[in-house]
Amino acid sequence: MPDKNDFIDQKLQDLNNDGVDRRGFLKCMAWAGTGLVWTMSGGIPMSQAFAKSADRHGGKRGDFSFVQISDSHIGFNKPANPDVTATLQTAIDKINAMPHKPDFIIHTGDLSQLSKPSEFDTLDQVLKGAPAKQIFFVPGEHDMLTDNGAEYLQRYGKGTKGTGWSSFDHKGVHFVGLVNVANLKAGGMGSLGHEQLEWLEDDLKGRSASTPIVLFAHIPLWTIYPDWGWGTDDSEQALSYVKRFGSVTVLNGHIHQIMQKVEGKVSFHTAMSTAFPQPAPGTAPSAGPMKVPAEQLQQVLGITDVNYVVSGRSLAVVDSPLAASAS
Amino acid sequence: MKTKNVLIAILALPVMIAIFLVAGSRKIMAAATPANGQPSAAASTVKIDNFSFGPQTVTVPVGATVTWMNRDDIPHTAVSTDGVFKSKVMDTDEKFSYTFTKAGTYAYYCTIHPKMTGQVVVQ
Repeated sequence: MPDKNDFIDQKLQDLNNDGVDRRGFLKCMAWAGTGLVWTMSGGIPMSQAFAKSADRHGGKRGDFSFVQISDSHIGFNKPANPDVTATLQTAIDKINAMPHKPDFIIHTGDLSQLSKPSEFDTLDQVLKGAPAKQIFFVPGEHDMLTDNGAEYLQRYGKGTKGTGWSSFDHKGVHFVGLVNVANLKAGGMGSLGHEQLEWLEDDLKGRSASTPIVLFAHIPLWTIYPDWGWGTDDSEQALSYVKRFGSVTVLNGHIHQIMQKVEGKVSFHTAMSTAFPQPAPGTAPSAGPMKVPAEQLQQVLGITDVNYVVSGRSLAVVDSPLAASAS
Repeated sequence: MKTKNVLIAILALPVMIAIFLVAGSRKIMAAATPANGQPSAAASTVKIDNFSFGPQTVTVPVGATVTWMNRDDIPHTAVSTDGVFKSKVMDTDEKFSYTFTKAGTYAYYCTIHPKMTGQVVVQ
């Protein structure tokens, strides 16, 4: 049984009370290596520590969890992390060590550094060791560097539309993977584009407002820091389509650090990278990879476990640093 | 318009003087005198550092070659917004060059990080 210190961040969101428990928030800042476990409960996402979520909710019928990993940047080999394959492996090991098995994994983009076939091959090799058979992907800008993402789409875009967007249902929860890294305009931030927005509106049309919605995309769907392009120009349009739903969870990557916000029924969360950390907004000349002492790296990388609990009416998102499994 | 011409003349003057001095004293580099006889800086470099193009605006004569060099740990591109030129993805320390044969202002950006913008003014 892992000690509570194993979990650097624990966040409980009870949207019925509009309360946010931020226990361990400061510890969260020390994480290196991200995994977020989302537990869904009664359609509302709630984040909490890996082991605890399993203890509390593991046996309930209809409950499930999935894991978000992000920004593995396979192929990156600069000083901020000379071995990103090893840290991704550590993340997968961590998922395997979880007391409950996630139903599936979501990768929120930047699988690769340069969209190279060899990088995708390496990623696939490591992901083969994951406990969940099914992995859903959305591309990051690094996955679409060549041929407008043809290599990515051929490998990970089966059954998706446009530049790789798609939706699926799982145990009563509706998941939508969006692409906001294609056809970016000069001077802008992330962009979904007219065609995808139309598809999204249509995809959500006719669904009951009580259906829990999970949106995931690479670049944050809320504006975090425009100077660094940390936002999506037309995300408001997308969010207007989910306003009528009682529970909306938005999962993003791209910024290589945890950020969260609750706005009405919508709860936003960004995950850590499995490769390297990036600076907090405005604290560095640019958003480039941040070098931390080697022994601290695994505290700022991690995974995210998301738990869904039908009876509890809340969804739990738990970020765990890689260091927790290594210590 | 008139002000601009005066400005160009002022900017061009030191270049012309320098070329006269060089020409008068020692052998002239071939690149310094293109076929059209116009004085030319021939080449200019834009460095990519910290997710920005430096200098953001570079002014060159017609026929000059501009070279972009990526010094970040993250890949970047330099792509003209009008589709005039398009670099490959430049990883760390990689370069891309383009020779401008027509006068004009060429806005460009990094297609991976579109907040990064710059322009080349060709005179």
